[in-house]
Amino acid sequence: MMASSYNAKEEDGHVAVPVGGTIKNKKPDNTAFKQQRLPAWQPILTAGTVLPAFFVIGLIFIPIGIGLYVTSNNIREFEIDYTGTDIDDPCFNCSQSFSWNNTRPCTCALDFSLDHPFESNVFMYYGLSNFYQNHRRYVKSRDDSQLNGDINSLKNPSKECEPYARNEKAPIAPCGAIANSMFNDTLDLYYVHPNGTRIQIPLSKKDIAWWTDKHVKFRNPGNNPNLTAAFQGTSKPINWRRPVYELDTDEENNGFINEDFIVWMRTAALPTFRKLYRIIQKKNNMTPTLPRGNYTLEVSYNYPVRSFEGRKRVILSTISWMGGKNPFLGIAYITVGSVCFFLGVVLLIIHHKYGSRNNSADIPN
Amino acid sequence: MAREKTTETEVVKGSKEAKRQRKKTKKEYKTRTVHSNLLYYRTKAEDNPNRHYADNKIKTTKYTLLSFLPKNLFEQFHRFANVYFVFIALLNFVPVCNAFQPELALAPVVFILSVTAIKDLWEDYRRHRSDKEINHMDCLVYSRPERQYLERFWKEVRVGDFIRLRCNEILPADVLLLSSSDPDRLVHIETATLDGETNLKQRQVVRSFLDLDCEFDPSKYRSVIECEKPNNDLARFRGYITHSSGRRDGLYKDNLLLRGCTIRNTEECVGIVIYAGHETKAMLNNNGPRYKRSKLERQMNVDVGWCVIILLVMCLFSAIGHGLWMYQYGEKRPVFDVLSPEGTHMSPVLSAIYLFLTMIIVFQVLIPISLFVSIEIVKICQVYFIHQDLELYDEETDSHLQCRALNITEDLGQMQYIFSDKTGTLTENKMVFRRCTVAGVEYSHDANARRLAMYQDVVDSEEEDCPSHGGTLPRRDSVTSHQSAAKVVLRSQSTKSHRRTGSRAEAKRASILSKHTAFSSPMEKDITPDPQLLDKVNDGGSQMDFKRFHSQSLSQMPSELTDIIDFFIALTICNTVVVSSPNQPRHKVRMRFELKSPVKTIEDFIKRFTPSRLTSSSNNSSSSSLNRSSNRGCSHLLTSPSAESTLTKLDEERHPRGPGGLEQASSPVPAPPTLGTCYDGKPGSQEEVELRYEAESPDEAALVYAARAYKCSLVGRLPDQVTVEFPHLGRLSFELLHTLGFDSNRKRMSVVVRHPLTDQITVYTKGADSVIMDLITPPPTDSKGKRHRRILYKTQNYLNRYAADGLRTLCIAKKVMSKEEYAVWLRRHLEAETAIQGREDLLFESALRLETNLHLLGATGIEDRLQDGVPETIASLRKAGLQIWVLTGDKQETAINIAYACKLLDPEEEIITLNADSQDATAVLLEESLHYIQVKFLCSSSDPSRAFQNDYASVYSFSPPASSSSSQPFLVHRLGLVIDGRTLAYALDSSLEEKFLAVARSCRSVLCCRSTPLQKSMVVKLVRNKLKVMTLAIGDGANDVSMIQVADVGVGISGQEGMQAVMASDFAMPRFRNLQKLLLVHGHWCYSRLANMILYFFYKNAMFVALIFWYQFHCGFSGSAMIDQWYLIFFNLMFSAFPQLITGTLDKDVSSETLQELPQLYMNGQNSEEYKPYMFWVNMIDAFYQSLVCFFIPYFAYVDSDVDLFTWGTPITTLALLTILTHLGIETKTWTWLNWLSISFSVCLFFTVALCYNASCPSCFSPSSPYWTMQTLLGEPLFYLLCVLTPVAALMPRYFYRACQGSLFPSPVQVGRQLDQLPSDIRRNILSLSRVQAGSPLDLRPPFLSSLSFAGPFPKGCSHGVATSQNQYSFTKRPPDRLDPSLSGGVAGGLTEKKRCLDEEDQYTLASTETDTLPYTKEGPRAGTGGGSGAGTRGVTGAGSGVRLGAGDGETWTGPDDPPAPLTQDCQDVTLLDSSDLSLSSWITSTPLLGTPWLTTPLLTMPQSESIQLTLPPAGRDQSAAYRRNCDDPTPHRPPEHRPILPTEGADHAHNQATPTCPKEHSSLQTTLL
Repeated sequence: MMASSYNAKEEDGHVAVPVGGTIKNKKPDNTAFKQQRLPAWQPILTAGTVLPAFFVIGLIFIPIGIGLYVTSNNIREFEIDYTGTDIDDPCFNCSQSFSWNNTRPCTCALDFSLDHPFESNVFMYYGLSNFYQNHRRYVKSRDDSQLNGDINSLKNPSKECEPYARNEKAPIAPCGAIANSMFNDTLDLYYVHPNGTRIQIPLSKKDIAWWTDKHVKFRNPGNNPNLTAAFQGTSKPINWRRPVYELDTDEENNGFINEDFIVWMRTAALPTFRKLYRIIQKKNNMTPTLPRGNYTLEVSYNYPVRSFEGRKRVILSTISWMGGKNPFLGIAYITVGSVCFFLGVVLLIIHHKYGSRNNSADIPN
Repeated sequence: MAREKTTETEVVKGSKEAKRQRKKTKKEYKTRTVHSNLLYYRTKAEDNPNRHYADNKIKTTKYTLLSFLPKNLFEQFHRFANVYFVFIALLNFVPVCNAFQPELALAPVVFILSVTAIKDLWEDYRRHRSDKEINHMDCLVYSRPERQYLERFWKEVRVGDFIRLRCNEILPADVLLLSSSDPDRLVHIETATLDGETNLKQRQVVRSFLDLDCEFDPSKYRSVIECEKPNNDLARFRGYITHSSGRRDGLYKDNLLLRGCTIRNTEECVGIVIYAGHETKAMLNNNGPRYKRSKLERQMNVDVGWCVIILLVMCLFSAIGHGLWMYQYGEKRPVFDVLSPEGTHMSPVLSAIYLFLTMIIVFQVLIPISLFVSIEIVKICQVYFIHQDLELYDEETDSHLQCRALNITEDLGQMQYIFSDKTGTLTENKMVFRRCTVAGVEYSHDANARRLAMYQDVVDSEEEDCPSHGGTLPRRDSVTSHQSAAKVVLRSQSTKSHRRTGSRAEAKRASILSKHTAFSSPMEKDITPDPQLLDKVNDGGSQMDFKRFHSQSLSQMPSELTDIIDFFIALTICNTVVVSSPNQPRHKVRMRFELKSPVKTIEDFIKRFTPSRLTSSSNNSSSSSLNRSSNRGCSHLLTSPSAESTLTKLDEERHPRGPGGLEQASSPVPAPPTLGTCYDGKPGSQEEVELRYEAESPDEAALVYAARAYKCSLVGRLPDQVTVEFPHLGRLSFELLHTLGFDSNRKRMSVVVRHPLTDQITVYTKGADSVIMDLITPPPTDSKGKRHRRILYKTQNYLNRYAADGLRTLCIAKKVMSKEEYAVWLRRHLEAETAIQGREDLLFESALRLETNLHLLGATGIEDRLQDGVPETIASLRKAGLQIWVLTGDKQETAINIAYACKLLDPEEEIITLNADSQDATAVLLEESLHYIQVKFLCSSSDPSRAFQNDYASVYSFSPPASSSSSQPFLVHRLGLVIDGRTLAYALDSSLEEKFLAVARSCRSVLCCRSTPLQKSMVVKLVRNKLKVMTLAIGDGANDVSMIQVADVGVGISGQEGMQAVMASDFAMPRFRNLQKLLLVHGHWCYSRLANMILYFFYKNAMFVALIFWYQFHCGFSGSAMIDQWYLIFFNLMFSAFPQLITGTLDKDVSSETLQELPQLYMNGQNSEEYKPYMFWVNMIDAFYQSLVCFFIPYFAYVDSDVDLFTWGTPITTLALLTILTHLGIETKTWTWLNWLSISFSVCLFFTVALCYNASCPSCFSPSSPYWTMQTLLGEPLFYLLCVLTPVAALMPRYFYRACQGSLFPSPVQVGRQLDQLPSDIRRNILSLSRVQAGSPLDLRPPFLSSLSFAGPFPKGCSHGVATSQNQYSFTKRPPDRLDPSLSGGVAGGLTEKKRCLDEEDQYTLASTETDTLPYTKEGPRAGTGGGSGAGTRGVTGAGSGVRLGAGDGETWTGPDDPPAPLTQDCQDVTLLDSSDLSLSSWITSTPLLGTPWLTTPLLTMPQSESIQLTLPPAGRDQSAAYRRNCDDPTPHRPPEHRPILPTEGADHAHNQATPTCPKEHSSLQTTLL
């Protein structure tokens, strides 16, 4: 490739090396690379050359954007705030408590109604606002080895967990601030039948965490089926009410591999976030997962957010191929596409007004 | 003496010596004592007194295996940036502020340090290899057991060893010379590697060993040498040698042979090693390379400073934000605000302070750690490519352009001023004898001119084409002395070739070189004699011969013939040329009377004045001539006697002893033959050896070769005697009584000899015409005096003519002294020599006393040939906007003429000449010329000045007319400034320098003549510091070194004058013309590449860091980063590093061809257009915008979702990478496969690393624990959607801006790129248009204008002459002491002038290229304005006539002078042509153009052909300046500049035509100054 390109440029007046130079001298090699004559594409950015790119981008982006927007709009989403900041709110009383270790459980119920039925699987999220799960020291405050079932780390949590590594000499399992602040509200959803009966909607707690987290990253220590024994000698996190091995009764969802715990441990990127709480599986094709009508959300209110003026929400949402409801991307595509198209038009004008001289320069004959 | 009897056994002797040595150890710190090693070979090593001295093994490596790490680290930490990065890395170990895993944070620093360390290691290894090579070179060392010299490696040589050296060997150590095969006990060495001086220097055997007849036997050596401790002073060596007899002899630097020198012309010599290895003077002088900081780097450092400030602001902002964030929670500590490890709660203020430190770590990427390393890598690659450039390779010398400074390549693209030496830089420094005048008769040497012309043709073609010249020259080494009896081939190129290389490997290449240099050398040597003169010489010789045999007085001969003979005698002997034959040094060249007398006194001189020639000189004379040769150039006047000589009473001298008295000068040598035997009477029969002349300066050699052509050949030179062979006369030996060496004050040299035929004491003087002419005896008024006057007058005329032709002129004169006169002079001269105080001044005066009342013999004209391509290079460099100043030590006339020849000055340019002899006069002159410039160019009206500016700047329409004027408040006019050294000295005074600069910078070219090396450097320094411009100094000799060192970029020509300039330079190139490609192409590329890379670097890092900064608003300013720390740290180092390196190394904005064809593109770099200060901020803003896009598009796409920190951060990293790479793509101008490869490699690398990293360990990478993140992301459509959208949105503005810029206001570079893209034939046509300009002397005119205006309907206007240069001669002829400080404005600025000064040569070039451009001419009317249509057709006819006339003889143009009246008419035509022409060029390049001013502004405000001369009377009188306006000088003159470059032209017809008188003054107007 190099050689051929060189020959192509030979006509430019480069004299070839005289053949038969028996003397070894310092004469540089006449190669395209060394003489910096590599074949090259030399785009020149002018209105004329750039114009098609803008139009093409515009024409591609706008349809994509419309598609995305429509997709996003087809997603059903319902959000209900149950923080209880107002005195009228059902959960106001519960929210007044600051304490993590309230012995007396406080429950409250919120009524809401869905105007549209949710057809496909419904994802139930809890959402927190103003919760800086991405705080630098918070993010670091965990011990991945311990969570991965390492016995050593279980007994001697990493110093990253400080000051939530030990409680009265006993190592905390799971250690660290993230685990310590785990979301511990319990949410139940009831469908209020038009006839007044409340039907509890079955909530699936399976598959709410990443498969790799559940099966690779998080492991109970020692492969011991008896979790109580496995966690022997450890202390529960200070804010927790139950030790880690009592998170669930299901063997497959207990201890470190409790999916609620795993979900919580995946620290959110932004201070306002939602985390998947439960999935409402679609039963059959005939009825919607959540028909329109009235619902009651029963909250076992444990998680204090008043200290940081946080909000707690419950979000019910269906999802599409591109995730949850988010019209932004579609709008962004449409906007960028339109701007590109517009700039393309501007360039076209420029090209027509000023570019003609350019062309004449290109074609003097 | 060395061979004194010794009865002691060696061992006893040795131990005694050793004891003495031990006693002396206390003295060791002052002196060094060297014994012979042979005495100790049997004793144990510790007894050897020499054991303390360094051995000859050299080690230039910096490190050893053990010391490498600590030493290298220590050195690296000298760089501030490294300390900074290490500090940051260490900061990570502080728990409260650690942001990253501390070990990980160390990684980049360690990486950077290790890359640098590896580079250092590699360099050190290379040094080690070269050391090893040197250490293993062979030399002969005397071995005691074998009792002979054995081959040893250099490294085995020890102090005290005896080594034997043969011809052309390189000295392995500093050696005290003990024996030489030379009968004079001399050794010739070439010291080019040390001081760059290529002339041979003589070194002398230590005095005690002088009389050694048999071969020196080291085993009998018993002496002890005591000398100085090793020092680096090359010019000093002191010590003494103590023989076992107790006798002491002094040792001087003449006895010491220095390491690195080469033995020449001496078969063999033996010496004892005094200093070895690192203690040799050469090694002590060896300094490392200099470190220079380029302008770009300085600018970059400013912006690095800004980056630091931005960093601190960002950190401060975050810290305050964090404090506030903490504060808002008050006592209600939120659950996510983790306590410190100790469980304590930090106050907001303390947190803020800690956070500040943390943020510095997090944002550290903003200060690009890899920037410095990347720049270094890119520069190394750039240097590599410059080295590899075929066009910068000189086949003749097999040398590349060397980059000695690795870190200022980009400065090459930003030069604004070039300061050039003349001799050897612009010219070849190959002096060719061109013509001479003897006794008022000119011998024009037409045949020689034709021969030279032929050489010029031949040089262009291949070597095989000229077998008659290259082919007949036998190899130097294969020539035996009795070969080629018929043709004497004098060779000097063997020494030349050595000069060029000067390296260790030169011996190997000598054969190659001699082959390659075979061309040029015969040009200098084979002079075709003028038949007329040859006849006269033969005639004179035979007459003399006849007269001598008949014992007739020579005075009866015709004076012309004697003058001719004397002229050639002077040419032959009045020099310091050393003669040698190639194989057997000094073999048979000598005809010497072996007479040794140790002390030279007056008696010796007297003795030598007796009729017999039995006496001869002593060794002192040789040592003195040696001194002289080494001290050439300083004002040291050397003559024979040494300091020891005593002055005997004058009365002794007045009574010279009879002939018999001479016999008492007893000598061991048998009585030498008398003069008669020197002359064998059969000139042709003797062995014609191939003689080589080795001269200190090339013009000396040229003169000797010239004389040789007339059969007056120098065959031998001894310190006291010169042997010359004459036709008919045979060999004559001239006793050399004194040599008064050349010095720059006297500007002449003289030899005092006794003429062998007349037995008269004769002084031959050779020197600058200005001084010699003053020293000529004023001719008496009688008839004989009349003839003398006529000769004087004629000679002066011819001298003027020679100078006008750019020849170097020398006058030859002689003087015959009576013995009495001589004795008187001698007495005072010896007094002067023995004077303790002010010896130099006394010697100077003594020389002045001798050189009076001379009799003029004749004058010579030597051509210093211009190097190939110099005018073209200068023209294109000037088009590139470079101001070229020539600083030369040459005299004004020569300098001006060379300047004309190389198109530095333009015949139509006005020339301001500043010659003054006092500070006040200089001040007045400067004031006046400034005023003149203002009146003429600025105040008259603004339009013409702008027109001039346009005229200057807009050769091609797209070169921005405003650029030069905006950057410089002073407009550059078509003016030349000539200033001589003395005036320069005044002008450089701090009170005047501003004015001087004001004048100088408004001139297009400046010529400083007669400037000293110091002045050269002062000028460069002044311009550099005051004008704040980038300066480049180029030179080839030792006198340019200071200038080279002062300039921003120093370029050395590795040509004739040795290596000194090269050693001091940053770049060394074989030829001046290489400068064009180096600056215009490589400089431009290096600059634009590096500038773009630096800007990109800043952008890249700012963009990346800003992402994290935006995130701080969403994480409570806690210093958290959503980008995994691995990505964060390796992003710069790995993921985004390669593409920018490739682009920084390979990107070509414009092709090499276009850059050279359109030098205007160079202004891009001069004005720093790739990297202006504002561009940093533009880039920063763009970076912030892009990072906003890259941050907030993912932000809004993921807001209020269940995304986790690093699953969100990874797409952002990816987007940033894609955006950054696409950004680079927009900025990349040439896409080679390497660019594609590197970008795809970067992307692939990122994904590969990310996938591997995310799959490797589920629990290792705390805190991000990114297990399976990337894999998950790759399964999400959202990720791809973001990857498409974000880069587009981020780069849209830049892309759009670039497109608009390309269309609406394209930079010249862009137009050049567009030109590149055109089909090759069209491009070639367009470029040929510009080549017309480049080749024409009217280079700054738009194309066609020159040819059209000339060939238009007014050819009568083209009278041959311009009066420009005449003015100069008129006053420079005056001797300096009488010189009026005068300012002369030569004619020629005017536009109208141009028509008149076109010479047929110009037309020729124009006309020949014109044919290429004819199609465009036809196209002209279409695009042109209305007026252009007529002009276009006229252009065609004009071109046609140009062709016709150009082919014709120049004489046809000498039409009658036309009256000035129709000039205006003509000039309007010119304007019309201009307009059409301009429209044409604008149409070609399609840029908005100045066009209209040309139409509207009549360019006729310039006075027609005028010359304004400001004459200042000497200080004291009332100061008035006379503006003399000279109207058209009717005298037809040829513009002088064509003479040297056009040797084919009949050399004499111009001479017959022109008269050297000053232009007649038709009108004069007087103005009063002050």
